[in-house]
Amino acid sequence: MSAALEREWSRFTPAQRIGRWFLWLGLVAACVWALRTIEIIPEFLADAPEQMADLLVRMWPPDLSHYQGGVHDALIETLHIATLGTVLSFTMAVPLALLAARNVCRVPPLNALANLCLVASRSVNSLVWALLFVAVFGPGALAGVLAIAFRSVGFVGKLLAEAIEETPRGPMEAMDAVGAPWGHRMLKGLWPQVQPAFWGVALFRWDINVRESAVLGLVGAGGIGVALDDAINFFHWDRVATILLAILVVVLVAEVIVTRLRKRLI
Amino acid sequence: MTRRQAFATNWQGRAALIALALYCVYAAAQLDISWARIAVGLGEGARFLGRMWPPNFERWDTLVEGLVESLQIAVLASALGILISLPLSLLAARNLSPWWISGPARAFIALCRSLHYVIVAILFVKAVGFGALAGVAALTVASMGFIAKLFAEAIEEISMKQVEAVRATGAGRLAVLLYGVLPQVASRFVGFCIYQLDSNLRNSTLVGIVGAGGIGGTLFAAFKRFDYDFVAAILLSIIAMIFLAEVISGRVRKALQ
Repeated sequence: MSAALEREWSRFTPAQRIGRWFLWLGLVAACVWALRTIEIIPEFLADAPEQMADLLVRMWPPDLSHYQGGVHDALIETLHIATLGTVLSFTMAVPLALLAARNVCRVPPLNALANLCLVASRSVNSLVWALLFVAVFGPGALAGVLAIAFRSVGFVGKLLAEAIEETPRGPMEAMDAVGAPWGHRMLKGLWPQVQPAFWGVALFRWDINVRESAVLGLVGAGGIGVALDDAINFFHWDRVATILLAILVVVLVAEVIVTRLRKRLI
Repeated sequence: MTRRQAFATNWQGRAALIALALYCVYAAAQLDISWARIAVGLGEGARFLGRMWPPNFERWDTLVEGLVESLQIAVLASALGILISLPLSLLAARNLSPWWISGPARAFIALCRSLHYVIVAILFVKAVGFGALAGVAALTVASMGFIAKLFAEAIEEISMKQVEAVRATGAGRLAVLLYGVLPQVASRFVGFCIYQLDSNLRNSTLVGIVGAGGIGGTLFAAFKRFDYDFVAAILLSIIAMIFLAEVISGRVRKALQ
């Protein structure tokens, strides 16, 4: 009787406990290994605070007069790239999402193919997409727009396909029963149900794309990154500070706009 | 008698769509995007793909070296980022800290998040020189912005009753954190950390483009030399590594739950 009462409660089985210990051990070992073999030059580490302070001193005060001449147009270009890229990504992602959603497209090979496209798009970063498109189309905003679009397709398509798969079947079946053609079923049966998700994804991705498009210029794909790259290469640190401030303001404003619109639309 | 319409026409929606279409045309003109350029580019694209194929794995030792360095950058940046995020998120949580501490902490976290990690990497490259150190520092900043924000939000959602119970036993501040707060958020925290390790691995393959170490430097150099078959090899191995990392982290996440 008393032996039964003395059972000790434990959260994990012994095997689980050993497994967790090995996991922790592995994590620590990975950190130690990385720290010991990575090439960190001690002299660089030692004078890092000094160099940082020096950099900040050179950046201050920001050369605000540079804004009109060299920053404003590039900033607008960046916003255009982000917006056009987002729109373009949606024109590609909507058909792919419809193909990938198993309740709309009932052909498994097509589902798999669409999913493969989406995964491929996501696994390449936007800067790498930009490199590829610069090689194809030459430097400029066109490469930037395409890079943003091709990177976003995977993200947008995946979320849209999930939203479509989660919709209840009732409305679509009802329209099917009255003989509505495919286009009507999509527009009036499916679209109203996925609309909130659609706008949510669109705003979210646009916000991300504003940030991403700011760096595309570093590999020659247009926008404010080009101005930033130039200013850094010529050691105009006060101009760099202006550009960074401009990016910061745009990113913050985009976030505010997205939050406002989200509240109104959803 | 007018025919009743099943669905009212959404004039506002149509107007918005037309406005968006007009904007796209205007923006495309501003950016100098034309069909002629796209047509030329498509021909170039075919040539480009032809030069990328077949991928050239001859310089596999450079490739492996770069990948290993990227992996190390990701591991170190995640470890550092997590270590710093822990206290930072405790400071930023509004239910644990007074407003004059949580406010500045939140602003700092938002600042870490608002600049793209590649831009942060450029700044660190200029400050601490080329190499992996700059990459680690840049990705640490990015990790802080992400983990500390999510973790602070998780802490704000905890039940204060357990905290009060621990406090009622006369426990000190540290004990309250260890036994009242952390057990409630530990599993979510592990989830954020694994996700961040994943995305740090992705990002660490890129910071090399601006000289902050890892495979990105090799990739960019190969691009500049028009070594497109080597570029294809690098891209394929990056994708393979990220895919592998995703599989492993999925396993680990399951094991820890």
